[in-house]
Amino acid sequence: MTSKRADVLVDVDWAQEHLEDPNVVFVEVDEDVSAYDGGHIAGAVKLDWKSELQDPVIRDFVSKEDFEALLSTKGISNDDTVVLYGGNNNWFAAYAYWYFKVYGHSDVRLLDGGRKKWELDGLPLSTDAVSRPAATYTAQEPDTSIRAFRDEALAAIDTLNLVDVRSPDEFSGKLLAPAHLPQEQSQRGGHIPSAVNVPWSKAANDDGTFKSDDELRALYADAGVDDGRDTIAYCRIGERSSHTWFVLRELLGHENVKNYDGSWTEYGSLVGVPIAKGA
Amino acid sequence: MCGAPSQGQGLEGVDLSTETVIQGEVTRDGSPVPAAYVRLLDASGEFTAEVQSSAQGHFRFFAAPGSWTLRVLSAGGRGEHSLVANRGLNEAQLQLDG
Repeated sequence: MTSKRADVLVDVDWAQEHLEDPNVVFVEVDEDVSAYDGGHIAGAVKLDWKSELQDPVIRDFVSKEDFEALLSTKGISNDDTVVLYGGNNNWFAAYAYWYFKVYGHSDVRLLDGGRKKWELDGLPLSTDAVSRPAATYTAQEPDTSIRAFRDEALAAIDTLNLVDVRSPDEFSGKLLAPAHLPQEQSQRGGHIPSAVNVPWSKAANDDGTFKSDDELRALYADAGVDDGRDTIAYCRIGERSSHTWFVLRELLGHENVKNYDGSWTEYGSLVGVPIAKGA
Repeated sequence: MCGAPSQGQGLEGVDLSTETVIQGEVTRDGSPVPAAYVRLLDASGEFTAEVQSSAQGHFRFFAAPGSWTLRVLSAGGRGEHSLVANRGLNEAQLQLDG
């Protein structure tokens, strides 16, 4: 199997060589939406995963028309190479990558290691305001072959690969949220029955870069993820599972992998569905 | 509710009767270290969460009672600290070396 890595992932050297490339747009997406303002890669535009990528009323993506307007305003064109990066080991950058793919952007890549690798390497950050001339962006109809909804998650029990990428304590039900957030949550604790627990963090090195293809293949094979079956990945709200979706589909080339962005926040709140507890 | 909370030591709005808060300061030679990556590992050494220290070197996690390890990584060095946390406030100081 040939690696797709070069098509979907760039390293910090490549990034530094393409800062002035007119066909490359760097886009920062963080969980901490104030991080960009404290310093960003020179020329990078900011995308707010919450206020710009989520519908303000219902829990869903923004519409195709609103996504087109957003990217047009940001100065992103259909033929641009979009390089996404961010904090938290690229969780929200990976979410944005998956989101851009749902709306059909052709050339989108992740900066390996994101902000963390950039900072640990001591590379420069800029506080200069960035403005790009407005573009005219046209999105595709949403590609639901990479997005799972609740009924599919339920139907996948004992049938498809279900990969729960949260930490072991969230999987077992001991914690209800990742431990940098308060634990007061409304949903029940536990995981979807038959899911295997492969924390997203096992796919990353300490500096936030992805592990090698060989290490990644062994990780999922050892956990019992059968690459001959379709896969649904989930976490709490769909951002960490975007990271794993990226590994399985974009790096390892598994064919039918969906991200369930409703994730545990939705599943753990459904009435009457089965829940498994413990390791 | 989903955005990363700012890292600080103030406990306004935190319910210490239900939360197990682990918080503290990253220092090097007695001075606070901002923007260090502080990682929370569970009793088996598995990654549980990671935050960046504030301008004052502060960090905070919302965990559960039990054994935890804090590991800090920054351009200025590394450090590690283990603790047993109880419900309520648990404070930990992380000193960088190397």
